[in-house]
Amino acid sequence: MLQISSQLEARWQQILDAYPAGKKRSAIVPMLMFAQDETGIVTEELIEEVARRAEVPRLQVEETIGYYSMLHRKPLGKYHVQVCTNISCMLAGGMELWEHAQKTLHLGNKEVSKDGLISVEEVECMGACSWAPAVEVNYDFHHQVTPAKFDAIIEDLKKKG
Amino acid sequence: MFNPPSPHEVRILSRRFGIENSRSIDVFLANDGYAGFKRALEIGADAVIDEIKKSALRGRGGAGFPTGMKWSFIPRTSPKPKYIVCNADESEPGTCKDRLLIQNDPHSLIEGMMIAGYTMGSNLGYIYVRGEYRYLILILEQALAEARARGYIGKNIQGTGWDFDLFVHTGAGAYECGEESALLNSLEGKRGTPRLKPPFPATHGLWQSPTLLNNVETFCAVSHIVRDGGEAFAKHGPEKNGGTRLMCLSGHVERPGVYELPLTTTLPFLINEVGGGVRGGKKLKAVQPGGSSSPILTADEVNVGLDFDSLAKAGTMAGSGGIVVLDENADMVSYALRVIRFYQHESCGWCIPCREGTTWLKKILERLDRGEGSTKDVDLVGELAKNMFGRTFCALGDAAAWPTGSIVKKFRAEFEEKLARTTVNVPTPDQLVGISF
Repeated sequence: MLQISSQLEARWQQILDAYPAGKKRSAIVPMLMFAQDETGIVTEELIEEVARRAEVPRLQVEETIGYYSMLHRKPLGKYHVQVCTNISCMLAGGMELWEHAQKTLHLGNKEVSKDGLISVEEVECMGACSWAPAVEVNYDFHHQVTPAKFDAIIEDLKKKG
Repeated sequence: MFNPPSPHEVRILSRRFGIENSRSIDVFLANDGYAGFKRALEIGADAVIDEIKKSALRGRGGAGFPTGMKWSFIPRTSPKPKYIVCNADESEPGTCKDRLLIQNDPHSLIEGMMIAGYTMGSNLGYIYVRGEYRYLILILEQALAEARARGYIGKNIQGTGWDFDLFVHTGAGAYECGEESALLNSLEGKRGTPRLKPPFPATHGLWQSPTLLNNVETFCAVSHIVRDGGEAFAKHGPEKNGGTRLMCLSGHVERPGVYELPLTTTLPFLINEVGGGVRGGKKLKAVQPGGSSSPILTADEVNVGLDFDSLAKAGTMAGSGGIVVLDENADMVSYALRVIRFYQHESCGWCIPCREGTTWLKKILERLDRGEGSTKDVDLVGELAKNMFGRTFCALGDAAAWPTGSIVKKFRAEFEEKLARTTVNVPTPDQLVGISF
């Protein structure tokens, strides 16, 4: 049986209440997104539970998950470091920053550090074009990131643990 | 705000940016907050749509469709439930304005959606926010809780007898969900693939009911238009291109940033006066004036206004307001590749011209970027782009074909130079004919 925190329980209830009766399928992605913040990944048990609560067949949840890049079946690091290299970031040094990130972390795209603390990903535009290049760690934005600033961000994450 | 303001700005939508605690309902109410909604109650639904028509507001999400006309397409007397949906899935490369609007003035968005809800006789709305903008989801939820506590959301709003509920819905990483019909599928809990149109969302949208769908900036503009009247907004832009818009300047400029400017602003003025010119005193090479989907302009073509019609006349588009500037040292082959890598990654795979077209464009451009291939490959990029255009299920295919085709056409010499520079001897497809492996 899937164990969830009381905060997640409350969040799920809030999500389910947002959609009319008979339209609970809408809750699938929001429920999974907030659950994944706690569990780290989308597990079989989680899919089962979401399907039950949203009153849809399990297959519909599976089908939906496969489409969205932010829902993960494989674990990421505790801190998922996303480096944007799309056009505006690229013109502001995003490609060099991405190279720097892989080199200093000794990680390739979507790889996780051995201790599970950090994973890194080259991502598409995340809406920081005028303050490029941008990095998002989990849901925290960092703007005008230089290699030195990047190293400081990573140092902080390691300190926080 | 993440960048210093410019003295050239005309602040209508960003008027509350910079006021301390601008996202709280108290500060909002003290600065004309919900005055637009109250005026909507006074003048009634027909007059609201008239004001929006008078404002000459055009959709800020990318297509630039006249908002007043869009609103008039909703069958307001339909017995079906009607829904108001805000597209806050901002993900067009080069665009970062909706973030600022929600971060600094979430109640303005709520007010715009309330005006829409009241006008359409709707009782329910959703704000679809991209998954990466989690902090904005929390800001919006806080604002909605405040609005609910003060009787602006919920039952019997301000004693009118009208009920309206509004919820935030998180996306989970998909550019395609910014396309309106894909967004609606996603909001219904399905894969975010586009729908066949017609029927349009105006009559068959969310759960097959009439749905009004607008961008964040469009709804925010409505709150100011209804408060101050359509003409007050229209006067800042040329005919049929009313008002100001939040322009997102990025790339090789001295002062990149988001600036609210009248639609009478020209592209050279934006780059040179607002943006402080090309970075490091370099020469301008090219500009994408409407996000990464827009056909590129060469330095010789940039003398153009930033309104929808002027940019369309110049063979490109105003799109979502992302203006990307490239200096003389920019490598156009690598740039074209980066553009197509994005569309290839984001193509939902629903229709073949887009799925295959973006994949092959990427493969060929990767080859050209390495300096391999032949000049026939350069032709092939142009041909592929031409064949994709207008033949895909939704606009993502066009969005991929348009910039790629235009870069190859206008900067062909750079592709050929890169090929000439390479010493790698790679056989062309012609040379391979007849060779058995």
